[in-house]
Amino acid sequence: MSRIGVITFPGSLDDRDAARAVRLAGAEPVRLWHASDSLAGVDAVVLPGGFSYGDYLRAGALSSFAPIMTSLVDAANAGLPVLGICNGFQILCETHLLAGAMIKNTQLTFVCTDQVLRVENTCTAWTHQYSEGEQITVPLKNQDGQFIADESTLDELEGEGRVVFRYVGNPNGSRRDIAGITNARGNVVGLMPHPEHAVEPGFGPSTDGLRFFSSALTATLAGA
Amino acid sequence: MAHVVVEVMPKPEILDPQGKAVAGALPRLGFTGFTGVRQGKRFELEIDGPATDEALASARKVAEEVLSNPVIEDVVSVHWAEQAGTADPAEAR
Repeated sequence: MSRIGVITFPGSLDDRDAARAVRLAGAEPVRLWHASDSLAGVDAVVLPGGFSYGDYLRAGALSSFAPIMTSLVDAANAGLPVLGICNGFQILCETHLLAGAMIKNTQLTFVCTDQVLRVENTCTAWTHQYSEGEQITVPLKNQDGQFIADESTLDELEGEGRVVFRYVGNPNGSRRDIAGITNARGNVVGLMPHPEHAVEPGFGPSTDGLRFFSSALTATLAGA
Repeated sequence: MAHVVVEVMPKPEILDPQGKAVAGALPRLGFTGFTGVRQGKRFELEIDGPATDEALASARKVAEEVLSNPVIEDVVSVHWAEQAGTADPAEAR
């Protein structure tokens, strides 16, 4: 059985939901700890949402210096599938595994809504079970969710097909409606909305999020 | 005790939502004559030891690698302060 790690940082909120989503997708969740440098030999890693270190300094900044991140950056550069959700996306940007950064939502308020996304890239380890152009609905909940990067970086992301999700109805001022991106290799994906909260009938707006985790499952099997 | 002051600002080309909100509030409060506000961060680092060029260089490295994110922010100043809290003598007057 594939083992998918979920890292808990001080202030992570959604690590248990992420682990639950991994289990519902048919993989074994493995809880990982920020202060350890061990990835426990997992086949993929999820960085969950939350407010690690209370968003002090910058969202995700202090967690990006955690001991486990040194191991994770090396593993990601070697091809390990890594998914960053919300605060996890912010951490991946702070480590420069992903481009850009998140600043406060343009309206300065916390946004909590069921958000429609358009899937733009189905070649990543986390999205290959979606169809290109498919619209999915998952929760969005954050204060620092506005994705920004300079124009040349945005052009590069677009030109290389590295925009993975776009908002249908921009909720926070993100540049070019970008909700999620990937790295050049396609193994590292980050997005602000929360697929792990939409994996089970009766909980959340849909079960559209489950295929993130089942995509990773088949990606790790294919890679094994 | 020597202190280094580090000032970090959002890059000029990046819209600063917080500064914009403050700027929007000023006319409502009767403060006219301000056409814009940008909000940044100020850090005060207490140095373990004397105020050397090496200590200042080390603080500059911290400013660039930890205290700021080069994607969205610029380190606009790294300088010695007389005392924490009061910072520059000019500002303390």
